[in-house]
Amino acid sequence: MPKDHGIGAPMKRREDVRFLTGKGRYTDDINLPGQAYAVFVRSQVAHGRIRKIDTAEAEAMPGVLKVFTSADFADKGGVPCGWLVTGRDGQPMREPKHPILAEGKVRYVGDAIAAVVAETPEQARDAAEAVIVDIEELPAVIDMKAALAEGAPLVHDDLGSNLCYDWGFVEENRAAVDEAFAKADHVTTLELVNNRLVPNAMEPRCAVGDYNVATGDHTLYTTSQNPHVIRLLMGAFVLSIPEHKLRVVAPDVGGGFGSKIFHYVEEAFVTQAAKVLGRPVKWTATRSEAFMTDAHGRDHVTRIELALSKDGEFQAIRTETHANMGAYLSTFAPSIPTWLHGTLMAGNYRTPLIYVNVKAVFTNTVPVDAYRGAGRPEATYQLERVIDKAARELGIDPIEIRRKNFIKPDQFPYQTPVAVVYDTGNYDATMDKLIEIADIAGFEKRREESAKRGLLRGLGVNCYIEACGIAPSNLVGQLGARAGLYESATVRVNATGGLVVMTGSHSHGQGHETSFAQVVADMIGIPEDMVEIVHGDTANTPMGMGTYGSRSLAVGGSAIVRATQKIIAKAKKIAAHLLEASEADIELKDGKFSVAGTDRSVAWGDVCLAAYVPHNYPLEEIEPGLEETAFYDPSNFTYPAGAYACEVEVDPETGKVTVCSFAAADDFGNVVNPMIVEGQVHGGLAQGIGQALLEGAVYDENGQLLTGSFMDYAMPRADDLPFFKVDHSCATPCTHNPLGVKGCGEAGAIGSPPAVVNAVIDALQRGGYTHVTHIDMPLTPARVWAAMQR
Amino acid sequence: MYNFDFVKPTTLQDAIAALSRDEAMPLAGGQTLIPSMKQRLAAPSVLVSLTGIPELKGVCRADDGAVCIGAATTHAEIARETAAIYPAIAALAGGIGDPAVRNRGTIGGSLANNDPSACWPAGVLGSGATIVTNTRQIAADDFFQGMFTTALEPGEIITEIRFPVPEAAAYAKFEQPASRFALTGAFVAKFADGVRVAITGASEGGVFRWREAEEALGASFSPEAVDGLSVSADGMIGDLHGTPEYRANLVRVMTRRAVARAQ
Amino acid sequence: MPQVTMTVNGRQVMREVEGRTLLVQFLREGLGLTGTHVGCDTSQCGACVVHVDGKAVKSCTMLAAEADGAEVTTIEGVTPADGGMNPVQKAFQDHHGLQCGFCTPGMVMTATALLAENPRPSPQEIRDALEGNICRCTGYHNIVKAILAASGQDVSALAAE
Repeated sequence: MPKDHGIGAPMKRREDVRFLTGKGRYTDDINLPGQAYAVFVRSQVAHGRIRKIDTAEAEAMPGVLKVFTSADFADKGGVPCGWLVTGRDGQPMREPKHPILAEGKVRYVGDAIAAVVAETPEQARDAAEAVIVDIEELPAVIDMKAALAEGAPLVHDDLGSNLCYDWGFVEENRAAVDEAFAKADHVTTLELVNNRLVPNAMEPRCAVGDYNVATGDHTLYTTSQNPHVIRLLMGAFVLSIPEHKLRVVAPDVGGGFGSKIFHYVEEAFVTQAAKVLGRPVKWTATRSEAFMTDAHGRDHVTRIELALSKDGEFQAIRTETHANMGAYLSTFAPSIPTWLHGTLMAGNYRTPLIYVNVKAVFTNTVPVDAYRGAGRPEATYQLERVIDKAARELGIDPIEIRRKNFIKPDQFPYQTPVAVVYDTGNYDATMDKLIEIADIAGFEKRREESAKRGLLRGLGVNCYIEACGIAPSNLVGQLGARAGLYESATVRVNATGGLVVMTGSHSHGQGHETSFAQVVADMIGIPEDMVEIVHGDTANTPMGMGTYGSRSLAVGGSAIVRATQKIIAKAKKIAAHLLEASEADIELKDGKFSVAGTDRSVAWGDVCLAAYVPHNYPLEEIEPGLEETAFYDPSNFTYPAGAYACEVEVDPETGKVTVCSFAAADDFGNVVNPMIVEGQVHGGLAQGIGQALLEGAVYDENGQLLTGSFMDYAMPRADDLPFFKVDHSCATPCTHNPLGVKGCGEAGAIGSPPAVVNAVIDALQRGGYTHVTHIDMPLTPARVWAAMQR
Repeated sequence: MYNFDFVKPTTLQDAIAALSRDEAMPLAGGQTLIPSMKQRLAAPSVLVSLTGIPELKGVCRADDGAVCIGAATTHAEIARETAAIYPAIAALAGGIGDPAVRNRGTIGGSLANNDPSACWPAGVLGSGATIVTNTRQIAADDFFQGMFTTALEPGEIITEIRFPVPEAAAYAKFEQPASRFALTGAFVAKFADGVRVAITGASEGGVFRWREAEEALGASFSPEAVDGLSVSADGMIGDLHGTPEYRANLVRVMTRRAVARAQ
Repeated sequence: MPQVTMTVNGRQVMREVEGRTLLVQFLREGLGLTGTHVGCDTSQCGACVVHVDGKAVKSCTMLAAEADGAEVTTIEGVTPADGGMNPVQKAFQDHHGLQCGFCTPGMVMTATALLAENPRPSPQEIRDALEGNICRCTGYHNIVKAILAASGQDVSALAAE
């Protein structure tokens, strides 16, 4: 019998009722009295010098309140970057200014040049078309390698180069790695592209700025995954507003997947425009605008080499990656191809020597930053693809070659050669589970059955490991982070026993209101409906870092546990007083404090009441009230891991790939709500399969985005995907957080692309197309067909 | 979008009168026109809705057996109403877009737009249908004149499409993965006096008849009859979703599949 | 400006609209029915699906003026007045058929229209019917499962999937 509540129970989500009945409150649902509307004038060329902006005609149009240009922000800062990466030469990365509105130059199609604020959105749009922008078009750099060539046009003239940084990791290992390759029995090399993706949360970005002229208070409502971070970045670095005069609210947010972590110029714009105009100002992106201006993800070009012994033992890995930064540095962009990518190159394996080189490059494209997985999918993809290729070259079964190199259960904690220490895991167990749930034994029969229908069936298997809940703050500070990576929680117990938990995490689909309540209710032994979860408003939550990187339960949940432990400790003192017993003898179970070994007890609610009506209360020892805050800074990352299998059918006449089945065996450590965990895996798998087969952002050589809408950017739809088989029973609990949890949000997106591509290559190889050893994602029908023709 | 005057006449005559105004455009289901107006790619000053005119709606059977479809009939209605009388057309209609698009989009709107990736041009040309307008009757072979170009004169309105019903017919399309329009679609129809094959999605010239296949299938209406044929990539569309060579391949593959389906 | 009259969720409303006013703008901005969402501008995503005269349509691709005289039902209108949920909505909750909730109203409206036409759809029929509704969160697994369950079909085997 599964539990019906508390930790481990598949409780139905409380937030669903409002979403299912149309009562969600997303940013665009917020309309303030007197609200005006902003529309941006955006660059239609990828690179150009602004000669003149003529706003006169636009300003005279009906309903127009003001047309803003960079001159209106002359005393404001640029949007800051939150991570400093240091190059192999010991020099800091090149870091351009990212102004709110373009200053002097435009650097990508969609770059904001001016903004019109008018009484209605249509008036603003009409006027935006009337803003005359005279631009001297300059040659654009789109291809990363071309951008690094001698004499290439410079995205930022003042930086003198399009190279943001050239990073080596671990630089001290470089010579030893080269030596291992020189001596190796076998070297497998693969050049591949990790395709550029558009996150496409279904809710387009939106921001509403408000200003109270009487109090000087600013409020920003925004589609953000981390309102406190936005408040800090925008307040301190862009607009010079002290945090106590700036409130940032991220209400219901319709998906993020990373793209809503970052501080965007539109947020700063509406905040400032509201002050200038004395009116609330709203901006809502169209989907077309979202395609052009939301930070994209991935976009790595990699050459990976794997050195092996002849019996398939991994000896060394060497990679060279070009990582696209786009035209400006988005909030966390520099950290993605480095600390979230290089540190994962050991995968689930004992490879002793690893060297990763990353060249981050500016191009005339929209900035690239974290998208579900962020660096870890790129690491997993190259590693698991090159392993598959090596297995084929050496004639070793792809599962066996992985097993042969697994870090074994008795080797944890395991120090990898790329800095991180895995605390726990059991990779053989997840592989065994995968073989069972994917029915790998039955593959050959299914393949024959597909062949009868003229289709080529293939099986792809891979493993993944990820690092979640990045921390601790003092370490990431050394690595260049310009922020802490703790999380916070305040637990407020009301006089009649109900609780309000204010978390610095943010939910935009993850169901925190349900699962966080399960944690607290379980600890106290009360029903979940006595626990309310509050998030998303800097005015009523403690300073927290928000939700991304699968960190919310591992870091935010741990903060909640710590705060609740403080509550329980204090409540025990009160209970001891009420029961006239020693505090050490007080036990809390099922919402009742009792004296050990007696039948004397006091209910949770009575203790809470005593805290707020302290008539019979140890006032000389403790304060009245029952409210505690905790900040939790983890001592290490968590390391979810797993093994995935994909079966595909390839139609040899059209190249179309159909995913017949997908199985995922994950180790997430302990699980609070298995229903939510499975849903997270499903969603991640869909995004990973989407990356593998459907999705890819493409710019032409002039920097025009060819995939600027859902008409050309293929989103996974219901008929593109199968039912999934997911399992998370092989749990090795995290050893260093109080819940033993590891995080599950990104796993599916990290682990699935190599499984799909491995499966397609397997299908083609088995089908006699032995010349096809790799196809770059997305494996569209046209690409697969073309590969088969060669 | 830019603003415009909206009129919704209830008779064909009033619609024709309204369309004579400056920069007037007809609006059928709007499933293509409204998105392009939102992008400000179309800017009519008057939009004349054709959805309130009863005489433009519905499916009936003519004395000669032809299936007559009112131009403002939605894809969903056509899919329902022709299922028993012309199943290949019903299947084509039922595969356009998605259910909500099929509930609004109309056959007349699609034909007047003549998107090179649309399904209806293949069904109409492959069936050898007749396009009836307020002024004349146009054979399908004369109607389609290249991408987004038709024989319609300014102000001319499609009122009805008359489909002769073949002995056997089927439509097979390969969808563009993002838009789900036809990357290439083939409609084959076998009549007593020969076979017609119409291809959409593939050619830079819009929908076209694949005469070589018609000939081969006329001799033997079987999938194998298509096998030996080759299609030149010259003049085929090349874009993000497929090269000209890929589309040329799909022309043959989809035609073969349509024939197999029609068996 | 033309005046339109329609019945929205059983209530007759009359408003002046611009020719260019879309039905979704009329609902969201005119009537404050913000349960209907806008997720794209090319008629692909389906976050805006409502019923017009009983048929699912994309309210971002229909002019408000075109709905003059029509019966329009939104997500608010299919919700029981007592604050509970109808069987389709309930099934989405029971089977975790939503995460961020943004596409959800459109999904429910499409599912409701499907079940009205086809009371016991197969999984493939459900996936086909959802062709015009994009969800970025769920991978559709639990949406398809919820719709199967809402149609009274046994989904216990899918739990093990």
